[in-house]
Amino acid sequence: MEAHAFRGDETLVIRPGALLAVAKFLKETPELDFNVLMDLTAVDYLFFAGGRVQKEFRFEVVYHFYSLKHNHRLRLKVPVDEKDPEVDTLNDLWPSANWYEREVWDMFGIQFKGHPNLKRILMYEEFQGHALRKDYPFNKRQPLIGPQN
Amino acid sequence: MATQTRNMLLNVGPSHPAMHGVIRLVMELEGEKIKGVDVEIGYLHRAFEKMCETVMYAQCFPYTDRLNYVSPLINNVGFAMTVEKLLGIDVPERAKYIRVIMSEISRVTDHLTCIGATAMELGAMSVFLYMIKAREYLYELVEEITGARLTISYVRIGGVKADLTPGFTDQCFQKIADVRKVLIEADELLTRNRIFFDRMKGIGTICAEDAIAYGITGPFLRSTGVAYDVRKANPYLIYDRLDFEVPTGTTGDNLDRYFVRMAEMEQSLRMIEQCFQQIPDGAISGELTGCVIPAAQMVDRAKMGQTEDLIEDEVDLDPTLQGGTKRYHEAINADQKDVVLPAKENTYGNIEGLMNHFKLVMYGHGIRPPVGEVYFPVEGANGELGFYIVSDGRDLPWRVRVHPPCFPIMAALPKCLVGDMMADLVPTFGSVNMIAGELDR
Repeated sequence: MEAHAFRGDETLVIRPGALLAVAKFLKETPELDFNVLMDLTAVDYLFFAGGRVQKEFRFEVVYHFYSLKHNHRLRLKVPVDEKDPEVDTLNDLWPSANWYEREVWDMFGIQFKGHPNLKRILMYEEFQGHALRKDYPFNKRQPLIGPQN
Repeated sequence: MATQTRNMLLNVGPSHPAMHGVIRLVMELEGEKIKGVDVEIGYLHRAFEKMCETVMYAQCFPYTDRLNYVSPLINNVGFAMTVEKLLGIDVPERAKYIRVIMSEISRVTDHLTCIGATAMELGAMSVFLYMIKAREYLYELVEEITGARLTISYVRIGGVKADLTPGFTDQCFQKIADVRKVLIEADELLTRNRIFFDRMKGIGTICAEDAIAYGITGPFLRSTGVAYDVRKANPYLIYDRLDFEVPTGTTGDNLDRYFVRMAEMEQSLRMIEQCFQQIPDGAISGELTGCVIPAAQMVDRAKMGQTEDLIEDEVDLDPTLQGGTKRYHEAINADQKDVVLPAKENTYGNIEGLMNHFKLVMYGHGIRPPVGEVYFPVEGANGELGFYIVSDGRDLPWRVRVHPPCFPIMAALPKCLVGDMMADLVPTFGSVNMIAGELDR
């Protein structure tokens, strides 16, 4: 969809449908050879800049790739809609995606299609909601859970 | 009738002497062999990323102290440099050297803790005590400069809080010599020790391909033979001016990780020595020309308009703020009034400084980076520590993400453990150096 660089960070924004194809290309093209998925996270753009900036999609899943051979980095961003937030998993290409995707699911409620074990990682299973969403108040408390006795 | 056997499930943690910090391993055992491991994390989750969204940029530093609490200075540096990249500013040379010195001291304390704890769990209590003694020497250095030992919040956006103290160079060289002695001692006690060797060699092995696939960095990756170090690959601060080696292993087992950490400590100590040779203005930057007066007196005199006498004077500050007075301020902070707090003499002594101070500390004002996003990696003690910050142009960060080096290591832990014996869990878990603070954030 778009490519830009801010402060030297090369960034690529792509459609969710193209993710698997682009990821495969990034990993397998010898001139790119992004063999490390360094980081995977998401950003919630609800009320971004006090609501002055209206983004087309609420979430962005952000991938940071690194190539050990060529020593270059790339940021890949995938916009995700608020209704039915879902992107493909990269677990098959980079096993490191497994835990990162679980964390994004835990914190943002974004589904990863084809993930083998998509369950919460930092919070407990009974936790209600997704803590890093902007409509989740930072001071909200939830009752402690545990065995009744 | 044939005997039926089934595998046993064993819980280790979240509160267990062998689990540094809090983490839970659910292990499937066949006899004493580990067949499967399920790693459960999150017991120390303190919502670092969420809390950073609610405070101003400068207020994030105390939170970053608590990520990797064994080497908090590196976290500080990483966060400050990410915000500086977002703002597009540079820090003075002297501040760069100070940051490198403090980072390397922190790295040594981290490795000392890791090796000491691993050795202790294998029965070498004396090594643990020697290493903690060496760590104490280094904490004394940290305390001398930052005023605190653990939660130091020393680095500032655009510089550092305080300059080096007079006599710090000699003190530092003395402590480095002491630490070297301890390292030699520990090396003699461990490296040819049959018990230690047998427990570490060939245990917790991971190959380079797996380590890369799991996104592992730092000493763990280097122990498999991949010489990736952020300080060499993407040199930041002044690492490109320092002469150091990146030690690597070959097999990626516990013993290699031990050797890599031992070698890295020596390299870090070398780097500190080189920094002292290169640092501009030597150990101390300014000379006191006026006299030192209490803060209240300075404020009173300024209110009465007696500002002319104040120019040469220095304010008597709380010990935690020492070293940041006017005569040091310029040398260690960037010349950016919209980012760096003014020296305390200006805040107390004139209205411009006071306004500048308030413009930076009040909500709704503060440091305002342009709209944008940056990722900046530094070499943490455990691997690549990266901060990803999204700014929407206001004084609060829109999103702060930290890439914790422990996280991929813990994801790959089953790879290291499966196939080994139950008792091998202890050295393997020790040598991967899990720090719950940065793992769970």
